[in-house]
This record gives sequence, C-alpha cells and structure tokens, in this order.
Amino acid sequence: MKRALALSLFALIAIAAFAATPDMPRFRFENYTTANGLPDNHVFTVLVDGDRVWAGTENGLALYEGGKWKVVTPADGLAHRAVLSLALDKSTGDLWVGTMAGLSHISAGRIDTYTQLNSGLSNDVVYGVGVQGDYVWTATAAGASRLNTHTGEWSLFNERNAPMGEIWAYAVSTGSDKVYYAVWGGGVLEYTMATGRWKDYTDPDGENELVLFKDQGLIHKITTSVSYVDNVLWVATYFGDSHYDGRNWHNFLVKDSGLPSNFTNQVKGLDATRAWFCTDKGLAYYDGVNWAVYRPALDTGRPEMYVRDAAGTITSIAVETAPAHNYILAVDFQGDDIWVATAKGLSHGIRQK
Amino acid sequence: MSLASIPVPHKSAALAAAMAVTVAFGILAFTLSAKAKPDTDEARYLNPREMVLSPDGRRLYVMCEASDEVRVVDTTSGKVLQVVSAGHIPRGISLSPDGQQLFVANSWDDTVSVIDTTSLKVVQTLPTGFEPNSVIADREGRTLYVANRLSSDISVIDLQSGQETKRLLAGRGASYLALSPDGKRLYCTHVYPQAGLHRTPPESEITVIDTERQRVIERKQLHNVAGVFHIAFSSDGKLGVAPQLRPKNLVPLAHVEHGWAFGDSLAIFGDDVGGIVQVPIDELERYFAMPFSAVITPDKTKLYVSSSGSEAVTVIDIPKMLSYVQATSGSVANDLSASANYVVARIPVGRNPKGLLLSADGQRLYVANRLDDSISVIDTRNDVVVSSIDLGGKQDMTSLRRGERIFYTARFAFQGQFSCANCHIDATFDGLQWDLEPDGFGVDIVDNRSIEDLSGTEPFKWNGGNPNMATECGPRTEKYFYRSQSYNSAELADLVTYVMALPLRPNRYRLPAGELTPAQERGKAIFERKANKFGKAIPESNQCAYCHSGLKYTNQKLADVGTGKKTDRSPLLDVPQLTNVAYSGPYLHDGSARSMEEIWTIFNPKDTHGFTNDLTKDELNDLIEYLRTL
Repeated sequence: MKRALALSLFALIAIAAFAATPDMPRFRFENYTTANGLPDNHVFTVLVDGDRVWAGTENGLALYEGGKWKVVTPADGLAHRAVLSLALDKSTGDLWVGTMAGLSHISAGRIDTYTQLNSGLSNDVVYGVGVQGDYVWTATAAGASRLNTHTGEWSLFNERNAPMGEIWAYAVSTGSDKVYYAVWGGGVLEYTMATGRWKDYTDPDGENELVLFKDQGLIHKITTSVSYVDNVLWVATYFGDSHYDGRNWHNFLVKDSGLPSNFTNQVKGLDATRAWFCTDKGLAYYDGVNWAVYRPALDTGRPEMYVRDAAGTITSIAVETAPAHNYILAVDFQGDDIWVATAKGLSHGIRQK
Repeated sequence: MSLASIPVPHKSAALAAAMAVTVAFGILAFTLSAKAKPDTDEARYLNPREMVLSPDGRRLYVMCEASDEVRVVDTTSGKVLQVVSAGHIPRGISLSPDGQQLFVANSWDDTVSVIDTTSLKVVQTLPTGFEPNSVIADREGRTLYVANRLSSDISVIDLQSGQETKRLLAGRGASYLALSPDGKRLYCTHVYPQAGLHRTPPESEITVIDTERQRVIERKQLHNVAGVFHIAFSSDGKLGVAPQLRPKNLVPLAHVEHGWAFGDSLAIFGDDVGGIVQVPIDELERYFAMPFSAVITPDKTKLYVSSSGSEAVTVIDIPKMLSYVQATSGSVANDLSASANYVVARIPVGRNPKGLLLSADGQRLYVANRLDDSISVIDTRNDVVVSSIDLGGKQDMTSLRRGERIFYTARFAFQGQFSCANCHIDATFDGLQWDLEPDGFGVDIVDNRSIEDLSGTEPFKWNGGNPNMATECGPRTEKYFYRSQSYNSAELADLVTYVMALPLRPNRYRLPAGELTPAQERGKAIFERKANKFGKAIPESNQCAYCHSGLKYTNQKLADVGTGKKTDRSPLLDVPQLTNVAYSGPYLHDGSARSMEEIWTIFNPKDTHGFTNDLTKDELNDLIEYLRTL
C-alpha cells in the first residue's frame, strides 16, 4: 500500500515537473564502436552528407552508408590514418579531409592529397577545414592556408600577415562574407572577403583564469571551435563559450548556463539562437533559453538527460540511451537526428520527439 | 609508304580496288565543286578538327582550329555557305538540343562562343576554366558543361544566366565530353595521365557525371593508359568506346623494333562488356597511330575510329568485337593479334583525320582531315570514300604546313608506330617520363618537355647534347626513335620550321594588364635576389635568375643542381626554359618532382638548385606564384 502511494506521488511530481519542463529534443542513441564496424573508438569528427555519414577516427576515415561501414585508410591514398577534420563541398559533393599528415580531397572515390612538401599547405597537421565557394580554408599547426581550387594558388596567413599571436589554428568556419578561425591561445580571427582584411577578437580582460569582463568580449583566448551561421558567431573555448552577433557578446559558463562543463571541444550553431556544445562532460543543446544535456552519468555511467530552464531549474528526464561517452568531440545534424563523435565511439541520436 | 599499301584485313581485293577508284573519283568531284569559295580570307590554313550536323542533316558545321572559325557546309552540294568567326584556337563544338545554338570552346581564350544557327552570329561569349577543349549542353539545354584541359576540371554553366555555377574535379588534361544516349550521364576523358608516383605505369580515368545532380559520381580507372580521346556510345547506351594511348615508357624506347612504343587501343565499357576492357586496334606489324574519334552506327553493327597519325579510319565489327571480348578474360590490349578478330577494314582518308560524324541514318560518315582542310565522306554501306569536301583553306603549300604534316604523321616511324604528336599531344607534351636512349634499362630517364616557343632555348635534350632542332629531330630521331629511314633533308627542314614556330600558349596566371599580384611581386624579388635573408651574398650559380636568365629564363648552359640520379650518366643538365612552366609538371629532368614545391622541399636539401632553404613556407609559395607567371 505504502509502495503504491509512493509510486502515485512520484508520478504526480513527475507529471508536474514534466509539465513545467521545457520541451527539449529527445533522442534514442545507437552507438557504433569497433565492435560494430567503426575502425577506431576515438572519433575526432563527424560529418553528415545526406544519407551518408563520415566519421574521422584515429585509425581511418569511416563512411556509414546503407547500414554498413566502409573505411578509407592511407593504403587507399588518405594522407594519414588520424582524421581530425572534415568539410563537405555541398556544390560538388567532394569531401575535404584534414589529417595529422596532410589534407586529402576525396571526389567520387579518387583521393588527392596535399602536404607541406608537395603543395603550398602551411603545415601537415590540419585541425580544421572549411569550404567557401572556390576556396578551401584550412586551420593548421602553422597558421591558416587558403587554396584557390580554380587556380591552384595557396595563400598562407600567419604571424607575418595576420594578427595571429599564436599560429596554432584549431578550427575554421566559413560563410559567404566572412571566415572565422579559432586560434588556440590567440582568440578568434575574422577574415572579411570583401576587404581581404583580418581582425582579431581576444579575451578583453586578458586573464587566463578569471572572467572579469563578462559579455564584453570573447570569454577566453584558448579557443577550440568557431561556428558562423546566420551572421552570428559561436565560439568554444576550454574556459566557456561565446556568442557574438557582430555587436554584442554573450558568454556561457557552467555557473550561469546549462553547460555541463566549460571545457568545450566544439560548438556548432544551428542558427543565430540555437547551438550544440561538445564538452568533456557531455553534449549540450541550447535553444536560446533552455538547455539540455545528454550523456552517460558521470558517476554511474547510466544514460542521463537533464533540462535546465531559463530560471535555472534543472529537471532530470528519464532516458534509456546516451551518447557513447561523456567526452564529446563533435556533432553534426541529419534532419532531426544528430551524430555525435566521442572519445569512445560514434553515436547516432535518433530523434524521438 | 602510300595509303593504298595499308593492309585491309578481311576485305576482298575487288572491294579494295573499287574503293580506291571511288576515292579518286570522289576527291575529284568535290575538289571541283569546292572551287567556288565563299568570300573568306583564303590566306589561312583551316585545320578542321570537329564537326556537328544540323538536326535536318543539311548543314555541316565544321570547327576550324587554325582559322578560329566555324565553316558552314551544305551537305548536299558540298559547298561552304558561310564562315563564322569564333575565339582563338577552337577545339570543341556542339549543338544545343533544339539545334538553335552552336557552342564552340575557344581553347586559348578560355571562353565558349554561343552562335545562333539562324543568324550565324556569335550572340554570347561565356567564360570557362583554363583551356576549354570540349563543350556540351545537357539534354534539357539548361546547363553547359565544358572540359578544361589546363585546369583539369569541368565548368558547369547555367545557360540562362551565363554564369558558371560550379567546377567539377576532373583528371589531368580534361579534354573530351560525351553524353550518354539517355542524357543522364556525362563522360569526360583526359589527354594527360594522372600525376602518379615516379616511374610507375600511367593511370587515367573516365570521369562520370550525374547530369541531374551535376556531380561526379564515378571515376572509371584506365590502367596503363596516358591519353584518352573521344567517347562514342551505342544508341542503346549499353556500349561505350574511347580511343586511347597505352605508352610503354617504362622500358627503353630503343626497343621499338622489338615491341612498340605506344599501343593504339580502345577502352570499351558498359552493360555489353561489364567493367572496362581494353582492346588493340593495331596489328602485329602495322600500327594505326593516335586513335582520336569514334562513332557507332545506329544499328550497332560497326564502330569507326579515326587514326589521326595514320591517315585512315579503322572499321570494327562490333558483334565480332564483343564476341571476342566475351570469349577472353580481361583486357587484351597488349595482344596485337587480337585486332584481326574484329577490325574489318582500314579506310584511307586525308591527312591527320580527327573528328568523325555520322549522319542520323548512319549511312554517311564525315571525317575531318585536319591537315588537308577537307572532309572525307564515307558511305558506310560499303565503307568507301565517296566524296571529299574542300573547305577552302589556303592552297599554297608552305614549309610550315609541310612541317606540320610531318609532325603529325606516323608514317616515318618503324611500322608506322608513332609520330611526334604521340608524345607532344597537340604540340605540347604527354606528362610522361621516358627511357629514350639505347643505354640500358632505367638509365637517363627524362621527363618530356614542352615544345612551345623554343627559339632561344637551345641546346636541346636534357643533357644539352643537341645544339639545334635539326640535330634534335634529324638523325637522332631516325636512329633512336623511329628506327627506320626517316626524313630527307627537305622534310627535316620543314619539320624544324614547324617546331620552332610553335607559339607560346597564353599564361593564365598573369593579371590582364600584365602586372603582378602582391604574392607574385614578392616571389619575383626572391627569384632575383642576390643575398639570403641574413644578408649574406648568394653565390651567382645559386641565384635563380643567374641560370634562369634571359627572355626564356634559361642561360642555355649546362648546370649541376644536385638533382642527378645514380642512373644518370652525368649530373650536368640543360637549364630548362621556364616559360609556361606551370603547365608542364612533373618537374626536374626525370620528372621526379611531382609538383613545383617538391623541387625545393624534397630535391634541394643542400641549396644546390637555388638558395632556398632560408625561405619560409609562405615565401616559397610566393616564389612559385611568380614562376607560374613566366
């Protein structure tokens, strides 16, 4: 009797709580590891191309198509087995692959590879790659490179011709008018196509450990990811994240947002107000007001989802699946579904509601 | 050797004799009819290369490469009705699906001329990639595809706006396009092989594009193939054929008499054959050099292939060819006896036959005799030339013209194996490295150099052994290349005249007014510098501009730049000219540097090939940007 009462009470609370909880997307996660076809569990990046999904792993580039995995390796002509970044040329369907030892271009099965020895590429460690019309931009361990695919001209940007205090370019995001770079230790660089000029954004307080001027600029100069969408810039750092609309900055920290961690590997904007954050403590979604976090629980490892509303109220949502691991490196979208690259597998989040 | 001596397998002697009579009569008839020439500039040779037929079959549009024009021919009378000017060095022509527009690819202008077929005026000029060579509209007439030879890509142009909407990655030397009969696929072939590892067999591809999605969806691999030309499809779409060259550049060319330097062959593919199968068109002791164009009769019984170096059209019985292919496993391109199973005739035509065109009913085959300025008309019912259309080009024979004919014919080589144009495709290069001399296997490997604008670049050969072109093309060619009695002195003089007159192609990396970009300016300063970045003087011999000096960027001397290999008999190499160096990769004397970057990032560790190891990566890029403008 007591048990029935308790259950009824719990159900009422749950219903009440549910009714007040923002309706955030829910997923059923199907996870892929070496046990079911992935070449390596350490997945650096993921990219969706229609029905096809590319996963950049530490041991090859994996393509998921028709329910099967196919793996591309250096034996096939790939620059290196460790695939760090991917970019799709939506116009041609070609794939650009940044690796630990060069940049590969995959076009209808043919692989052409650019290295610092055989081409004008600035450095073989290609952390980021982006396609912008006729140009392919890369973020490398020695600055930025831009390849004009029509003429073959390479343009390099580094401390000599750009405000790049550090040259460890970590990520790139391209728009038709601007290109943004996340430079590890150097903040964010903005390249304006119309003028051909660079502008840098750094942490205004210059403090590595403190945030003295919140929302007055970039949250931190150790940036890891940029995402330029709808004329808005999203920035990930190892010390929180930022949103910049060209006029105002807004920063996100664990203490005043739904971020599960300030240590963010990647941010990917859906539009000007919504974004996904890949942190070392789970995957987070921000709808402009509310937050949702998806992960295996940090203590038990059981699937976990919780929602934080605008008032800061946190509600746990019962789920049966979660991404393969807390350490999230990248995310991409397939309609309403998501694909999540983690340190221990690739996860397909199948949208439930 | 006369054309009549070409063996005609599986043809009766009576038929051959009848053919010869008909050819003679036909040539006479149309030579007479073409005497009344239109009001055109007759001072130029024409070099007809490609043709298209109006939908009603009454007009033949002949694209003339040397005169930069399209000649409109009445197919009934054989007379030239009108001449339409196009851009410079046109190489490709096609008709819009409704027949209202002609598209002409102007290879040296980087444009496509759109010609209204009613007014016969150029109504639009569309920009393309570098050196457009072929152009074709999709079945709906909404999108134009252009194969760009030098940029190795395919421009996709929206015909309504005239804007290029995207570029698709092709192979090296993208040159010829063909639509599948259902219009769903576009195929592109390439005249140069892909840049592969040094001294490995050449590889080419047929690039396949989905015309609905406008994307490359497949790359059919062609192994041991360097140059591929036109593609023909059977009307049912189940058979595709592409003439191709299979070079034997990994063994000494001195062994020509023991085998062959090039295999003239076909890549055949489609549902009729499954994957790709390569078959020869040569015979055991007679070659049919530089196969170029192919057409298939509507009833799919016969395939015609122009052998542009052999003044002939090869006739293949398709059912026999398919039966042979199905009875054997895999490619048989190296078995020259195979052709006897399906080649049924060789039809002598004019000099340097290039484009082929079949009438809609398949009964008339038009052959563009590029170096005769004429069109041979073949009756396909009995495979004889029934007439010849004189297009009205310059009648006087000059040394230059005679030299051009010698350059493109294979008749001087042992068994007619190859011509100058085999290695110098369209008077350029072939992207291959050759083992030329009778010095043993693998010794003195040399990259094939460009032959544009050669005056002032003597001596020739990578070892500088030939002081002039007459030496280069004379006894050396006879002894080492052709392995037969070669040119007489007059012929040699003509050939030298032609080769030395080959012009420089336009450089695409210079800005329109000739000024340099900031990167090119910085590169120029590096090229011309006399001190390194630390202020220390660079020895004269290590300065770029010392060896690469003068108008053609060569001091015409020998130098040891440390790139010699153990297999080279001498480390001293001819300083090559740098004009249009951007086009002629791979680099170094043996082609071991696959890109310009590798010349210095891999092959210049001791600063012996210019002082470069103090340069940053962006400075090296600047230097290369400048070199591309030369």
